[in-house]
Amino acid sequence: MKLDKQTQSDLFDYLLRLGDDRLILGHRVSEWCGHGPILEEDIALSNIALDLIGQSINFLSLAGKVEGQGRTEDDLAYHRDALDFKNLMLVEQPNGDFGFTMVRQFLFDAYSLLLMEALQASELKELAAIAGKALKEVRYHLRHSSQWVLRLGDGTEESHRRVQNALDDLWMYTREMFESDEVEQRLVQKGIAVDSTSLKSGWESMVFQILKQATLEIPGEQGYYSSGSRQGIHTEHLGYILADMQFLPRAYPDAKW
Amino acid sequence: MEDKKRLEEFEARIQRGEKIEPKDWMPERYRKQLIRMISQHAHSEVVGMLPEGNWITRAPSLRRKLVLLAKVQDEAGHGLYLYSAAETLGVDRQELIEQLLEGKAKYSNIFNYPTLTWADIGVIGWLVDGAAIVNQTMLAKSSYGPYSRAMIRICKEENFHKRQGYEIVATMAKGTPEQKKMVQDAVNRWWWPSLMMFGPHDTDSPNSGELLRWKVKTKTNDELRQRFVNLTVPQAHAVGLTIPDPDLKYNPETGNWEFGEIDWDEFWRVIKGDGPCNRERMRARRKAHEEGAWVREAAAAYAAKHGMKSRVA
Ligand SMILES: [Fe+2]
Ligand SMILES: [Fe+2]
Repeated sequence: MKLDKQTQSDLFDYLLRLGDDRLILGHRVSEWCGHGPILEEDIALSNIALDLIGQSINFLSLAGKVEGQGRTEDDLAYHRDALDFKNLMLVEQPNGDFGFTMVRQFLFDAYSLLLMEALQASELKELAAIAGKALKEVRYHLRHSSQWVLRLGDGTEESHRRVQNALDDLWMYTREMFESDEVEQRLVQKGIAVDSTSLKSGWESMVFQILKQATLEIPGEQGYYSSGSRQGIHTEHLGYILADMQFLPRAYPDAKW
Repeated sequence: MEDKKRLEEFEARIQRGEKIEPKDWMPERYRKQLIRMISQHAHSEVVGMLPEGNWITRAPSLRRKLVLLAKVQDEAGHGLYLYSAAETLGVDRQELIEQLLEGKAKYSNIFNYPTLTWADIGVIGWLVDGAAIVNQTMLAKSSYGPYSRAMIRICKEENFHKRQGYEIVATMAKGTPEQKKMVQDAVNRWWWPSLMMFGPHDTDSPNSGELLRWKVKTKTNDELRQRFVNLTVPQAHAVGLTIPDPDLKYNPETGNWEFGEIDWDEFWRVIKGDGPCNRERMRARRKAHEEGAWVREAAAAYAAKHGMKSRVA
């Protein structure tokens, strides 16, 4: 890879965003392992967590290569603090009940599907390849989460109420997915990245269609929308995730595991 | 009289090494014993997800995290597969799960011990999956077809688990002083409970005779335990770990590693519900089940509305 300094630093940042979204969401989903509502869901959720963490390894390892300082995916996952994490606030939200987890997953999966599809056309071949591989997994994730949104939205009164609440609580974290910034724009110019603003209408038509079918109400304009996670702004929850996740390598910096 | 003849035929088939299949005639005792064993085994896989699941979010590298997640996922698959094997005997999964949640069914005692450090993840893979393999390799020869086939399939995965566990152990055993301390401590805590996994002495095992005669089992608890010790002691020594048993010694004549007496009081106490984590494990399983109730109901309601067969009803 021959990249000028600016592109190198932009790309490193961009890859962290991609990697961190999947690492943090994978972490959250993995918390379900052993606690699912049925055994089949324990298996499905572990699968999704495995895929997401696998994808994050690919993005973070490429980030390390782009940076050129010899940092591995583990260095990046375990030795950055919250300010340097670039994941969406959506994915760090606590699991809540199964409905909350599924709505969070559904909102992210629809976004991830469009993003991975578009990234396949990236001028950066390594990135296009990772996206293409992830796309197959994301298709399955979206099918799984959509099915649950349908079942729960159009299931019982209780399940409808629960997922509607989840949707209302999470809606303020959705706008960020479609925010762009200079880092991204410079990479878009080079044909490497996808313009996040371009994904919005596709996401809305996909998401609205399933929500309607699930008899759920699409939340209206919110009084507050989260913003800035791509620059390292987060909710209170990320710190606890990192405290858990990073504990061992931080407590024993000389150890190999 | 009819039954007596059938029983003779049944036992003759077993003597010839034939497999018994779900539609074949079998004595009620045989069916009962198998349901008991297979469901206990299924419950153990499911409860076993808890102590190891405890370390998924804290795995010390992304690769180790993937491996552990995949392992715990395998255990869920084993549970599912074994519940299906039990269902071939005319019970359903729901009924078996109720029995577990009501405290009427047993699961392996080993999962009533806590996982305190990352080393426990390595040691569980090595010792607990290792002990399971010794037991399951024997059960793969079981006379009941579906159980035997389940065991063959499951054993392949348990071998992976064991290898991965031992790799963690070996890595830590040659690591920093803190890592060495952690891994030896984990061996000290898990060694005796692992030996207890094979059950009471043959003389105290009320079901053994019948199970052996019908080739549900083909080896006794003590034979299997000895085999496990013989396999494991050299593995411990190879990475410089000490087995916490002052009586352990090699007998060159028999080729056996002779070991000290198990604390049977502890064994029976934990089986009866008074181990360090019995209550906690059951609480976690009940919580997952209760909190999943509205989800299962919704899936059933949705399926009914849309004229589909629900896989979760
Ligand atoms: Fe297993
Ligand atoms: Fe296993």
